Formats: sequence, structure tokens, C-alpha cells
Amino acid sequence: MAEHITKEFNAASFYEYLREGKFMGVRCVSCGQLAVEARAICQSCHSTEVIWVEFSGKGQLATFTCISIVPQSMAEKGYGRDNPYCSGIVMLDEGPRISARILNVDTLNPQGIKIGMKMQLELEDLSEGIPVLAFRPD
Amino acid sequence: MISPKKKQLGRSVSIVGAGMSNFGAYKDKTNRDIFVDAFRDMIDHMDNGIDISDIEAGYLGNYSADLFEGQGHTAPIVADWLGLTPAPITRIENACASSGSALREGVMAIASGLYDVVLVGGVEKMTDLPTEGVTDVLASAADGLYEVPAGFTFPGIYGALAKAHMEEYETNLDHLLKVGIKNHNNGALNPKAQFNTTIKSLMDRRISRAQERGESVPQWNNEMDFLNDERANPWIAWPLRLYDCAPITDGGACLLLVASEIADGFTSKPIEIVGTGQATGRPLHSAEELTSLSATKYAASQAYDMAGISPSQVDVVEVHDCFTIAEIVASEDLGFFSPGEGPRAADEGRTALSGDRPINTSGGLKAKGHPVGASGVAQVIEIYHQLRGEAGERQISRKLPELGLTHNVGGTGGTCVVNIFRRN
Repeated sequence: MAEHITKEFNAASFYEYLREGKFMGVRCVSCGQLAVEARAICQSCHSTEVIWVEFSGKGQLATFTCISIVPQSMAEKGYGRDNPYCSGIVMLDEGPRISARILNVDTLNPQGIKIGMKMQLELEDLSEGIPVLAFRPD
Repeated sequence: MISPKKKQLGRSVSIVGAGMSNFGAYKDKTNRDIFVDAFRDMIDHMDNGIDISDIEAGYLGNYSADLFEGQGHTAPIVADWLGLTPAPITRIENACASSGSALREGVMAIASGLYDVVLVGGVEKMTDLPTEGVTDVLASAADGLYEVPAGFTFPGIYGALAKAHMEEYETNLDHLLKVGIKNHNNGALNPKAQFNTTIKSLMDRRISRAQERGESVPQWNNEMDFLNDERANPWIAWPLRLYDCAPITDGGACLLLVASEIADGFTSKPIEIVGTGQATGRPLHSAEELTSLSATKYAASQAYDMAGISPSQVDVVEVHDCFTIAEIVASEDLGFFSPGEGPRAADEGRTALSGDRPINTSGGLKAKGHPVGASGVAQVIEIYHQLRGEAGERQISRKLPELGLTHNVGGTGGTCVVNIFRRN
């Protein structure tokens, strides 16, 4: 994991890194605790000494849902009752879990989507104002 | 770090009055009108009456009149409509646990010695917005920086929790549906419930409507057939369907709290609050477990310790079934069943009105309705009536219950409030 110390620890920086193609999180210098969210205070030992680290972008699917009743923003993208989308929680190989869109799965057949599936970061959707953290089966 | 000590209230607090509006969809009523209905219901049913000017303060749970109705700062408006000005009324916002938290604030205000008579309640007017709009407002209780951008809706997060529970234990879709059937059976006995009807009746109504219109008549032999038909019970957020979700509801509820030492001036049957706990939790992705809400466990442990009781001593329970899976998980997190045993208990009817561990005798959020800011106090109202032996057809009949518990969750476990009540 390459280390960076450049940006402030907040979501704006997290998504700015993502737009640059870097999947960054924080590591506590004091206890080593990792978090995907750009937290300025360690969840585990409360130290304020944290640094940026880059994740490999590999992990596995911890749980998921296929959403048919969608928020307005997703309805505008064509999702809905006939075209559900998948959101899930990915456990990274480095340990922490994070919420993410799950792409390239058959959302009309959720029984076929398996917990434990290997996942790979998908940086396709960077065009938008705020990039979406997304994974696809590896 | 300060060493933990046993948490106790400064003095005892009791409930001496309870009121609730009808729960449903009320096009021409605003937040304040609905709360006025709840307040009038309470005033009309005070055993020894009350002089409204004796109410010294109030705490009002309200999640988001701002986004639902475009009305902020709701506490003073409601206070004015009740005739309570200039008594201080404070709005408490903790998503769907807003009024559970408001109740706790009221309890602590009396226990501190500052006040003797406090009104607590909650209200929500949700039905002005279309479903997509309500979905967006509810999703704003989740983490807007890391959960919502991943596409998670409120049912979506509970869907992911349900999937994790199904993977870890032998939980299946039928177990979830059975929770809904049970809660509708109870709701059918609750005249104030939004769904004052069984799922069987809803099914029969659809069949007879198809017959009247000369349309093809659905071939449903029983409720499970009906609930497994995607046309009748569409997916919301797999593995959750329409009948796994609490409805969108307008409603209000309130309670009158007093210092226990003056309770007998108001009623001969006060209900004492003997345990109270509240805890916070993280978003599901960074939760301790994906199959449990840790805030429930912490809040319950505080409440059990304060009351000096164990889960098995509780006679009647209202849990936060915003989704069917939430009732199953709560029944485990509160210590009524071991992890993974919740689904089987629901399946075997143990949580039904006639079971050995009745849960949500009111119909729960599923059938009674879920006006989010009012639900925490509405749960307490059911316990108040059960402990006083005045729950009508829903009254637990094995014995008059002595101890009751409520479990109120905000968001997906960001907040949890657990209270324990005793009949004296």
C-alpha cells in the first residue's frame, strides 16, 4: 500500500482521489486500524494521527440487495421495477468493509449472486460530478 | 477513562396518560392537526382529568416535517396549537427513534428534579410526497457520504441485513412473510391501526374485486400463495417485498409523564418506567456484525441492568419492525432468542398473541403503521394499555402482564432506545 499525505481527511478528498483513479482510505498511525471512509479520528483507538493509504481494489461480497423501488436519482438513470440495481457491502482484502454499487451481476436473478464472490474495483463511472464507488465480480 | 457505574434515574418516573391519533393517510391534516388529535385523545382518557396548564415542559419527536411538509421548528408550533405556550417544548430528531429519544429526555428531565409533569410525544405527516420522495427523505437518515451514493435506500440496507442473516442462519423468505402475517393478525384487532385487517382479508378482497370486474380470478389457496405472487407482493429491495415493509403513515402519539411520587393524583394505575437505555451504532458496512444491530444490544443491556431484570421476565414487547427482518433481528438482539433462533420462533408462532413470547401485539409498525417520528411513543402506548389490562381484543390473556419493553430504532441502527415498564 503506497502512502500519501496530501489531502484533508474528508469525503471530498476521498471522491477526488477516486476521480483520479485512486481508491484511498485511512490508516491509524497509532494502532494500524484501517477505514475506507476518510475519518480524521481513528474508530478504534481515537488517535487523530491518520494517514492516507491506497487499497488494492480487491475484496469479496459480504452482503447485497437488488433495489426495485428506487430513489429519484436512480429513476432518472432508468432503474426501477423492471430494471433493479444492486447495492452491496464489500469486504476488502485489507479488512475493512464499505458500501458500494455492484455492477455486472444479474439483478433480475438475485439468487445467482453469491456472498463471498471475489470482487474487483470498477472505475468506469467517473464521468459524474461525484464518482460512484463500484465493484464487479473479479 | 471513568469507571462505569450502575446507571440509575435520580427519582422514579411514571406514565399517567396516553393518547394516539388514528394512523393512516390524512390528506387534509398537517403535522399539528394530527398531534392535536393525539393530545385530545390523551386528555379525554385521563383517569382523573388534567389541567393543561400543569404541563411544565414537553419533548416532541419529529423526524422531518422540514422535508415531508416544508415546515421546520415544529415544536413551538405544536405547543401553540395545544395551548401549552409558554412552556418549553423541544423537538428531538433521531430519525425513526425520534420519539423514543423524546420519551427518554422527558424521563431524564423529571428524574433530574427540574419538572414534575412533562408531555412527550411524536408526530409525522408523510403522505404528502409520492413514494419516490418518501424514499429519498428516509434515505437521508442513512450516511449520505458513503451509503446513499452506493445506491442504498432504507429498505435496501435492511434488505442487505436480511440477506446476511439468510446466509449466516437458516432464515428464509417464508419466515419473513410469517412475521408480516402475524403482525397483520394483531393489527386487525387494533381499531387505530392503518391496516386494521388481516392479510387473508386483503387477499379475499382482491379475489372478490376480480370476480366483480369479470377479470381473471387469482388462484391463491392461502396467504402464503398470495404473498409469493409477485403481482400481489412485488419486490422492493430483494429479499424484501411490499409486505415485508412498514407502510407510509400519518400519525401522532403522546404520553403524560409525572414524578412517581405524585402519580396517584392522576390515576390509580400508573405505569412506572423502570429501565431506560440508548445507544448509537455505525452504518451497516462498518457495523460489528452484518446480522445484528449492536445499538440494540447496548441499549437493552443498559435498560435490563437499570430495571434489574432479565429478558425472560418481560411479558409483553413492542419491537421496531420497520421491516419483517428487523423484528426477527430485534428478537435476537434483545435476548429473547439466541442468534439464528428468531426466524424459527416466528415460524412456530411463538411470537403471536397466543404464543409464549408475544411480540408487537399492536400490529407493530407493519400493520399499525409507521409515522416515523411518532412510532417510539406509539409503541409505549400499546405497552401502557397491555399493562393496565385495557388492550381489548389484543389483551394478553395468559396472565395480566407485569413487565413490558419497547425497542425503537433510528435509521438502520444508528440510534436505538430500549425502555422497560412495570405495573405497580
